[in-house]
Amino acid sequence: MGGATGFERQMKFSEQLEARYADMITHYPAKRSLLVPFLLYSQDEYGYVTNDVIAELSRRLEITELDIRNVISYYSMLRTKPAGRYNVQVCTNICCLLRGGEQMLERARQRTGVAVNKGISVDGVFSVEEVECIGACSWAPAMQVNYEFHENLTPEKIDQILDDYRQKAERQ
Amino acid sequence: MATLVSHPDEVKVVTSRFGKGAANIDRYLELDGYKAVRKALELGADGIINEMKASNLRGRGGAGFPTGMKWSFVPKVSSKPKYVLCNGDESEPGTCKDRLIFEHDPHAVIEGAMIAAIATGAHAAYIYIRGEYRYLLEIMQKAIADAYARGFAGKNIFGSGYDLEVYWHGGAGAYEVGEESALMESLEGKRGVPRIRPPFPAVVGLWGGPTVINNAETLASVPHILLMGGTQYAEIGVERNGGTRLFSLSGHVVRPGVYELPLGYSLRKAIYEVGGGIADGRTLKAVVPGGSSVPCLKPDEIDVALDFDSMMKVGTMLGSGGIVVLNDQTCIVKFALRTIQFYRHESCGWCIPCREGTDWLSKSLKRFHAGGGVARDIDNLRYLAENMLGRTFCPLGDAAAMPIIGFVKKFREEFEAHLDGRPCPYEKHGAPNALPVLSR
Repeated sequence: MGGATGFERQMKFSEQLEARYADMITHYPAKRSLLVPFLLYSQDEYGYVTNDVIAELSRRLEITELDIRNVISYYSMLRTKPAGRYNVQVCTNICCLLRGGEQMLERARQRTGVAVNKGISVDGVFSVEEVECIGACSWAPAMQVNYEFHENLTPEKIDQILDDYRQKAERQ
Repeated sequence: MATLVSHPDEVKVVTSRFGKGAANIDRYLELDGYKAVRKALELGADGIINEMKASNLRGRGGAGFPTGMKWSFVPKVSSKPKYVLCNGDESEPGTCKDRLIFEHDPHAVIEGAMIAAIATGAHAAYIYIRGEYRYLLEIMQKAIADAYARGFAGKNIFGSGYDLEVYWHGGAGAYEVGEESALMESLEGKRGVPRIRPPFPAVVGLWGGPTVINNAETLASVPHILLMGGTQYAEIGVERNGGTRLFSLSGHVVRPGVYELPLGYSLRKAIYEVGGGIADGRTLKAVVPGGSSVPCLKPDEIDVALDFDSMMKVGTMLGSGGIVVLNDQTCIVKFALRTIQFYRHESCGWCIPCREGTDWLSKSLKRFHAGGGVARDIDNLRYLAENMLGRTFCPLGDAAAMPIIGFVKKFREEFEAHLDGRPCPYEKHGAPNALPVLSR
């Protein structure tokens, strides 16, 4: 797939992602420096870090695909498989734990029908993930749905929030 | 987003623009914005560093290193470009203060970074914000673009002839990246594996150039220091601990929130007056006073001043200023287990004492909490943790070991209560995750 085979695949980034690349590449004296934030932006665009993105970045940044995959595996937000349209990330770290974080995770799992960690609901609307501290300690328990923060949660609030996202998904 | 709280004992310096729309550059200018950087250009490098030294500002990330001294370590002449790096990778459990700074006063961080650059002769500053804080990264991107549009950043800033580029950078989820050398690796597009020191970043940092790395709150304090003068800032705090600090109060208090208190403020008052005491009429069992990485204090140990030196004297640390309050219904074993599970998840695996130590501690505590512990385990936990201390490549290993040592030392009876296959005394039968949900 990569440079080693001699059959380099070239993908075309979306216009938005290409603009992002063009901007970010000017920020640094060494071009691979854009890797981490750019991978996350590509994930936002395609749902996960795709093989094509990895191959294309390997070509542009002149580093191996293996090197890029090593980087991806280090960062907990980067994934190489799809998640649900709404990725529900419930914090159970100490401050959330003290205020019921584990019950919130359980409730989110029940409401979405996603039983396993990082699993996806049958309809593809939700995935649920138990995450480490998201920086909402004073407003615990908390979760993030994609990038949106939801704080001072109660089981009832979780139901309401998730139902709203489900409706939003159905409307689209 | 996150709600703001207030208390009469607060001294609002860094938070003085919170809730006033200062993310807007015009509003920021009305509120004395970008005055300090102009003053910095007049003062020059030595003048700025003298003010910083006089201010007794110490790093707000957790280590508490004097900022002025850190800046003075950067060599005046360097063959490689020098850099300023703002650490906005806030991820220490219990800490949620930088989030508010980025949301309410992003220009103060930019201005602080610019002053740090002028003081050290750097011509580029990077502001690194953790990946989960996407909305804050967007606020920062706009703030930087606005600063460029006004000519405050870029070539010839404020017509001074000084060139200074300011860039944003985003993370993608990794606690360890908050450690300064791992932060640089991450910014260079690599796994956040820490670097060996020496050489220290002030000499060999980003892309091999001398680099100053400061926490976002540290940098946000800098413009205020230059405007009010270092000596006056120092007077707000106590000896060798200048100014104020943003404390994130969380856990079982009546009024959790982020409060700006002068250094040297009483921990007891922070919990009982500022935080309103223990919620739901419960009593205090323990407090983790500086983020998840520090040893806990028992109720009879909280008459201590919140400054770096006083906290050190009572065997803990001021750390990141995250004060986590635990009530009498909290199972310490469970809390210790959740703490170590975090470090196990975040250990990069680069060095063996941390990788294996966090894994062993996590496995032992899990078995222990489930009722499968034996008496010997209690001493083993402590032995394991003590042997991690000082033997790891970066402070993550110490951060994992210190709280565990504290819990075992101070709450041995709670560990003993789990022995002989007894169920956890704090969990109701059939409800394995039953820490009570608090009323609001």
